[in-house]
Amino acid sequence: MSSALLREGNTNCGGCGMSIGLRWLDEVFAEQRPYLVIPAACAIVTAGAFPTSSYGVPALASTFASAPAYATGVSAVAELNGEQHPTVCWAGDGGTYDIGMATLSAAAERNEDMLYVCYDNEIYGNTGGQRSSATPAGAVTSTTPGGKLEAKKDILAIMAAHRIPYAATLSIAHRHDFLRKLTIAREMRGFRFLLMLSPCPTGWKASSDESVSLIELAVRSGLFPLYEVFNGTDYVINARPDGTDVAEYLVHQRRYNAVEVGTVRERIAAQWQYLDRMAR
Amino acid sequence: MSRILATGNYAAGQALALAGEANRNARGCCAGAYPITPQTEIIEYLRGAVFTKGRIVPVESEHSAMGVCIGASMSGARAFTASSSNGLAYMTENIFAAGYYRLPIVLIAVNRTLGPPWNIWVDQGDSLALRDAAWLQFYCSTHQDLVDTILMAFRVAEDPRILLPVMVAMDGFVSSHTQMVVDVPSQELVDQYLPLCNVPQRLDHSRPATMGGLTWPRETERHRRDIQEAMERVPLVLEEAREEFYAVFGRRPDGAVAAEHTGDAETLLIASSTMAETARDVVRRRRTREEKIGLLRIKQFRPFPRAEVQQIVRGAKRIGVLDRNHSPGSGGIFWGEVAATLQGSGVLLQDYITGIGGGDVTPDVIENIIDDLNGRTASSEPLWQEVAV
Repeated sequence: MSSALLREGNTNCGGCGMSIGLRWLDEVFAEQRPYLVIPAACAIVTAGAFPTSSYGVPALASTFASAPAYATGVSAVAELNGEQHPTVCWAGDGGTYDIGMATLSAAAERNEDMLYVCYDNEIYGNTGGQRSSATPAGAVTSTTPGGKLEAKKDILAIMAAHRIPYAATLSIAHRHDFLRKLTIAREMRGFRFLLMLSPCPTGWKASSDESVSLIELAVRSGLFPLYEVFNGTDYVINARPDGTDVAEYLVHQRRYNAVEVGTVRERIAAQWQYLDRMAR
Repeated sequence: MSRILATGNYAAGQALALAGEANRNARGCCAGAYPITPQTEIIEYLRGAVFTKGRIVPVESEHSAMGVCIGASMSGARAFTASSSNGLAYMTENIFAAGYYRLPIVLIAVNRTLGPPWNIWVDQGDSLALRDAAWLQFYCSTHQDLVDTILMAFRVAEDPRILLPVMVAMDGFVSSHTQMVVDVPSQELVDQYLPLCNVPQRLDHSRPATMGGLTWPRETERHRRDIQEAMERVPLVLEEAREEFYAVFGRRPDGAVAAEHTGDAETLLIASSTMAETARDVVRRRRTREEKIGLLRIKQFRPFPRAEVQQIVRGAKRIGVLDRNHSPGSGGIFWGEVAATLQGSGVLLQDYITGIGGGDVTPDVIENIIDDLNGRTASSEPLWQEVAV
């Protein structure tokens, strides 16, 4: 039996960003060995069918909206018993931006001692790719066949507004930055929130060998900014756009076949105006 | 022990806190707490209680209150909470999860009519809607019954032969907000009565497992049958819990059912919760007139005590079930269970739906029901016995 947090032979699709995230989580938390709390999501299917499990640490499946509530109980009892094992919620965007929003907000407001990682593939991946409030405008999903009209929810701003100790974005194309942020989160107490843009080749209609390069393009074009927010107010930008055209990111994903590139460029510019104001 | 004058809510809060504190030498206690009328004083009491090793988490919803209990119980702590009415409805998804996870959580259900339209008074429709959630259910009729049943609930829930959550119900306002004299035991005696809580399936790094992953139909069916078999062990385990209760506290709480003058009864009432207390007075009064009438109080609804009911009602000529609940399109929910239990017996069985929405079921209402029952040669569809507030 492998002692890895995510064992080999798991059922994740090729090119799934979540697999990379879990392996890097394991690298940083190798000594602490977390408890995992996972709501309804691809990440619980990852475990496989009873009695096997792809997870090498204790993992608890929660009902869809409940991961931060279950994790509150796990974390509280670990603390009452002087355990050093941290509690990690590992949730998709549906469980975070949508159905789990109230539970997430409440756990953040109470500043519960847990690390919450949202692997955001911008759709309900487990059910075959429906829109969520994390789906960007213009993306085609099975419930937005003409492309989504509404903009993606700014979850990091929402979490920062809770004045939690730490909130940051993660890129699987920036390993050093990813591990550094996990390490910062590991050394802190209280509610920590990390957002990882997580490619889903199936839902994004992209090639599974391009997942990492897609995220690199998302960061370099400025579409997915890498930044950190300490205590909800202190913004630190980790990587600025380098002039890469976002069209390069969009063209590799058939979900964006009908998107208006100009509006995406405008959205990126507006987003950076906001970020620069916050980081000033 | 201390005899105090207390509301049902206060007594229940004390019993929960005593049970929580009794686990201080194991993994402690933890609860999610969220207010709703008429149970609010219970979670207020818990938030004010001092625990050596415990935490009461003020959450944002009933759904999360049970979520915290599940996480805590799955980590080996003693977990409990309280809710009512629409709070129970909102909690429902996690109530099922607690049952299917086989977690020995204790929930106080203070019965209140489900809305809309909004009504804060008692009926049992909220908790009875959860009868299929793999929880034991007890319906208490006095404050002493409540305190004793809560303490027994932890013992039964945590028994390795059971490992199922337990719902302890009381009538909203009629029990929760009225005062009765009640013996609340000392911490020392509760420590003696309750073994330390052990949740064998708890999260443990020495044997990492994924709780709640995928199962195929065969494993799923086995899991459900395991729960059924655990339910079938409840009579034995509850009896032991009552005996041990007597040994420690010197009184023997009611078990699954309580019988009053049923031995030679030709007319028999079946009731639950506080209605059973009122019915008991009426039955005693009629007995002084040498009427052959008896009362069966059903306290344990899940598992449904079929054997006890069959045994006690044998010999009755007519049975009236008092239901302060209603399953639209069927009838009273206790009646439905009793009918299934007595199928083929040929006894006249009549359902009386009464006290819905908190109407006061007075002795007069029950007298009328008995008169109707005694005059019957055949049963009819469930009868609605309206009452004044």
